[in-house]
Amino acid sequence: MSRVDSLDAEALYIELLAGVRRLLKPDGRLVGIWSGGAWLVERLQKDLGLDGAPGVISSALHRDDFSQRGLSAGADHTKLPFEIEGRHIVLVDDVLYTGRTIRAAVNELYDFGRPASVALAVLVDRGGRELPVAAQCAPATIELLATQRLSLARDDVGKFSFEIR
Amino acid sequence: MFVRRNPQLNKNDELIHLLSIEGLPQSILTHILDTAGTFLSVNERDVKKVPLLRGKSVFNLFFENSTRTRTTFEIAAKRLSADVINLDIARSSTAKGESLLDTIANLSAMHADMFVVRHGESGAPYLIAQHCAPHVHVVNAGDGRHSHPTQGLLDMYTIRHYKKDFTKLTVAIVGDIVHSRVARSDIHALTTLGAPEIRAVGPKTLVSGDLKEMGVRVCHDMAEGVKGADVIIMLRLQNERMGGAMLPSAGEYFKTFGLDAEKLALAAPDAIVMHPGPINRGVEIDSSVVDGTQSVILPQVTFGIAVRMAVMSIIAGNSA
Repeated sequence: MSRVDSLDAEALYIELLAGVRRLLKPDGRLVGIWSGGAWLVERLQKDLGLDGAPGVISSALHRDDFSQRGLSAGADHTKLPFEIEGRHIVLVDDVLYTGRTIRAAVNELYDFGRPASVALAVLVDRGGRELPVAAQCAPATIELLATQRLSLARDDVGKFSFEIR
Repeated sequence: MFVRRNPQLNKNDELIHLLSIEGLPQSILTHILDTAGTFLSVNERDVKKVPLLRGKSVFNLFFENSTRTRTTFEIAAKRLSADVINLDIARSSTAKGESLLDTIANLSAMHADMFVVRHGESGAPYLIAQHCAPHVHVVNAGDGRHSHPTQGLLDMYTIRHYKKDFTKLTVAIVGDIVHSRVARSDIHALTTLGAPEIRAVGPKTLVSGDLKEMGVRVCHDMAEGVKGADVIIMLRLQNERMGGAMLPSAGEYFKTFGLDAEKLALAAPDAIVMHPGPINRGVEIDSSVVDGTQSVILPQVTFGIAVRMAVMSIIAGNSA
């Protein structure tokens, strides 16, 4: 169990890279969940020497809290520059918490085709699951209060860090 | 202090009905246009459906005939996973003398969640919005000569798609403006989004001088009206106007105010030509222009579905 102040995003990224390398099947593809996951796959794609561009998925259109929160401004578009049908996908996100974002992201993925498999890799698992969702790779686990928000930040030169609010 | 709020907005200034563009802040118009962009990509997928309005019942109440607009609203609602009920008003209770509010009350008893209303009387959608239950949302699909907000929005989406920056544009709206709810909505939207030069072009019987009050430049000469324009919005000439002695004849109208290649050449070289449809070839617009490279009339239809999906999902997600 990590301590809040010991979350070194860059160090965790190195472990994530190794984990994703193990999870990625031949001809598999990376898909990052907007926005933290999208930043991660952008770097992972390069570091793994993969051709083409990674996919980006927005969970906005399949969220389960639409009637409470409405449609947020600037819902970013999903961009999947490859076929999903029959593909092995590694889904990447920064923080795994309740599991609702992952459920929405997988539903969105299914609108494009039937994947052969979907594996989940995250930087941090903060517990508090409300759905039966698990990550196949999670270099750090941490416990936070329900009122605290953990998210990935990226500075102008692309360096990752964690923000806790 | 008693402050009168725009009936389209809840107390957090979020959109709960779309009744008219007038009075909506620029931020809400921009939010709708941005959201429409998301739905445009949904409409290009194999699975053109998202679950945002799943389980909701959308009632299309068209008191004025319109297959096109009604169809695009139906497609938009179905792509949001809503259940759509089309009310054939001519054959319905209204023909038997039922009042508008009684019709609404009856439909509400059937648990309608959204009404899409087109009515011959200006203000009908406002009346409905005032009298329906708090969780029910109303979209104005055209009321009298007053407003056609979704057409105004899809026209703005089209302009933004091709021209990007409203603050640098000259827009000419040509035709029967005084009778046109589309023109009114376009003018309100363009002024809110900051278009510096808006021209209302047409004969004196169809383009009255007091349009100046809306912030537009009135032109009774076509050449002057389209000169240097970046966007030309052509309006359909309604046959009723000719019968009613507001115009000499269709041929006469086409000569003076029809858009042909020669008049289009006076506009900016990359000007786009728009039309809300349906078009009358040879009356307000020449075939060569309709089928030419500057016409964006068909993309308007595609954008219209995405814009209506955006409007319905935004209002459905906000509570009264």
